[in-house]
Amino acid sequence: MQREAYERLRWRCIRRGLLEVDLALTRFLDETFDRLSEAEQQAFAELADYEDLELWHLISGQAECEDARLAPIVAMLRKS
Amino acid sequence: MNIPVLKFDAVIVGAGGAGLRSAIQLSEAGLKTAVLSKVFPTRSHTVAAQGGVAASLGNSEEDHWRWHMYDTVKGSDWLGDQDAIEFMCKKAVEVVVELEHYGMPFDRTDNGKIYQRPFGGHMSNFGEKPVRRSCAAADRTGHAMLHAMYQRNVKANTQFFVEWMALDLIRDSEGHVVGVTAMEMETGQVVIFHTRATIFATGGAGRIYASSTNAFINTGDGLGMAARAGIPLEDMEFWQFHPTGVAGAGVLITEGVRGEGGILRNSSKERFMERYAPNAKDLASRDVVARAMATEIKEGRGCGPNKDYVLLDITHLDPATIMKRLPGIREISIQFAGVDPIKEPIPVVPTCHYQMGGIPTNYSGRVVVPENGDYNTVVPGFYAAGECACASVHGANRLGTNSLLDLLVFGKSAGDSAVEDLKAGKAHRELPKDAADFSLARIEAINNRKGGASVHEARLAIQRTMQDHAGVFRFADMLKKGVTQILEVEKMVQNLEIKDKSLVWNTARVEALETENLIEVAKATMISAEARKESRGAHVRDDAPDTPEFPNGRNDQEWLKHTLWHREGNKIEYKPVNLNPLTVETVALKTRSY
Repeated sequence: MQREAYERLRWRCIRRGLLEVDLALTRFLDETFDRLSEAEQQAFAELADYEDLELWHLISGQAECEDARLAPIVAMLRKS
Repeated sequence: MNIPVLKFDAVIVGAGGAGLRSAIQLSEAGLKTAVLSKVFPTRSHTVAAQGGVAASLGNSEEDHWRWHMYDTVKGSDWLGDQDAIEFMCKKAVEVVVELEHYGMPFDRTDNGKIYQRPFGGHMSNFGEKPVRRSCAAADRTGHAMLHAMYQRNVKANTQFFVEWMALDLIRDSEGHVVGVTAMEMETGQVVIFHTRATIFATGGAGRIYASSTNAFINTGDGLGMAARAGIPLEDMEFWQFHPTGVAGAGVLITEGVRGEGGILRNSSKERFMERYAPNAKDLASRDVVARAMATEIKEGRGCGPNKDYVLLDITHLDPATIMKRLPGIREISIQFAGVDPIKEPIPVVPTCHYQMGGIPTNYSGRVVVPENGDYNTVVPGFYAAGECACASVHGANRLGTNSLLDLLVFGKSAGDSAVEDLKAGKAHRELPKDAADFSLARIEAINNRKGGASVHEARLAIQRTMQDHAGVFRFADMLKKGVTQILEVEKMVQNLEIKDKSLVWNTARVEALETENLIEVAKATMISAEARKESRGAHVRDDAPDTPEFPNGRNDQEWLKHTLWHREGNKIEYKPVNLNPLTVETVALKTRSY
């Protein structure tokens, strides 16, 4: 991912409405993001556009991801 | 340097609940209104508010704004201004009904009215028995509120500047506020917003603490800007804490865990609550539990390499009970503490939640400062609302569900006041020639410095210092040391260096600028807390205990007054509490007990 696109994505991960989402996305960026394929990185960026509550419900297992492209990233977020 | 100037009637900094509410007033009055926000509006921290909003609608049973007022004054431990509290409690019904008309999906009763639920501290008939006063939209009240108000603003043609960071307040030689400087993150461009009214709605600054439930965004930008522009900050020693946040993360562990049999233990696995509350033990009130935890940590019986947390143990509970009765707790522990609570205890610490103090305003949302003996001199062109402001309705402690009410009522009234002042017809005042110089110099210093302190380390130093020295339970010696230490940390913040020098999308620079705001809030808190020698509401000192002469350690003869901290020279002064409501008689002083 190009620097500019990455930095924009980073800002949208480290400044959320919910602390839980801040923590989960920041950690994922720092520990996992670099190891992803380009398609997976794009899928993560799409997930990061979700609303905070929706995303937290997915990460905490209170909801299941119905989009097959994004589900593997949700699974990684849960484990990370 | 040639800095672009954007001219608006009004600029609102912050697009959470208070900012969106005031923007509605301005835009619907036909004024050209800009709203600046670091993030997309519906991602503001208001989204985290689940509890509801208080209003004495009386839909479920008899209720009255005077009873709500009584509960609020009592909650504030009599430090709240009773004119502002009357104003807020009376207006509550109106702002909740308006919100309903904006499309807010409140929970409803069978006959279609807004459903109201009970909440801690909400009582009928002046403290007699619980009353159902909280209006909610399932467990997503804040979220629904942001969406309803954002849509309303879009309709009213409010102009949003998203992913912009406000830098500094612009005041002219007579002290009038004539706008702000701000930076667009995407380009790094600094711009002047030249306005007739400037409203701050920047939220709280809970990130000054190492353990905080606040999202990362809550860096007190409005408070930093106000302090740098010579506006004092009011009652900054008062912060609301929750006893059990996950150590190192801040995420809340609900009090229900102790209700289900969870036990707090220190480093020698002792159930220490037996010593502090022999009868109630781990089920003692929130204040008692938090103080006991802080004492254990202070006296060296904390756990972990730094002995800075205690353990919440539920390993003795049946796993089926944990899964059934405490949904989400196992996931939170695994995600943020790295432990499975079925097998290992959860590390927890008292955790900062809400800021009661802020930029001093009157109940019309106008910012007021002491001048020539008048404590309530209006700063022309400047307004503030929500958690960043201090009206003061929360005083020394906030009543549950009054935070969403505060942002609706004072967001609206700040907007109304700005409309009223602008309709009085004054043109834009001239911009000072050096309007952007101060902000540009700050950015340049951060960009060019070599061999300075890292932003990450400076932030940790602020957070550690505040957590250790001005936490939920305060000790005279620790506060004294804390003042010296936070002034040392300030030197670090004055010397920040960033490695990334790029202009566009430089998040390191934004974080450095945020840290310069955090330090102002941290100093204000530490110095105000050290100076107040009594216990009151959320400010509890070990050396101001509960005695017959001073119940709960509160000393009204000496300390029934608001703190004002000035950045210049770290000077403290005090102003009287307004005990006179607008139309009813005062809620007379008495001991606060529940």
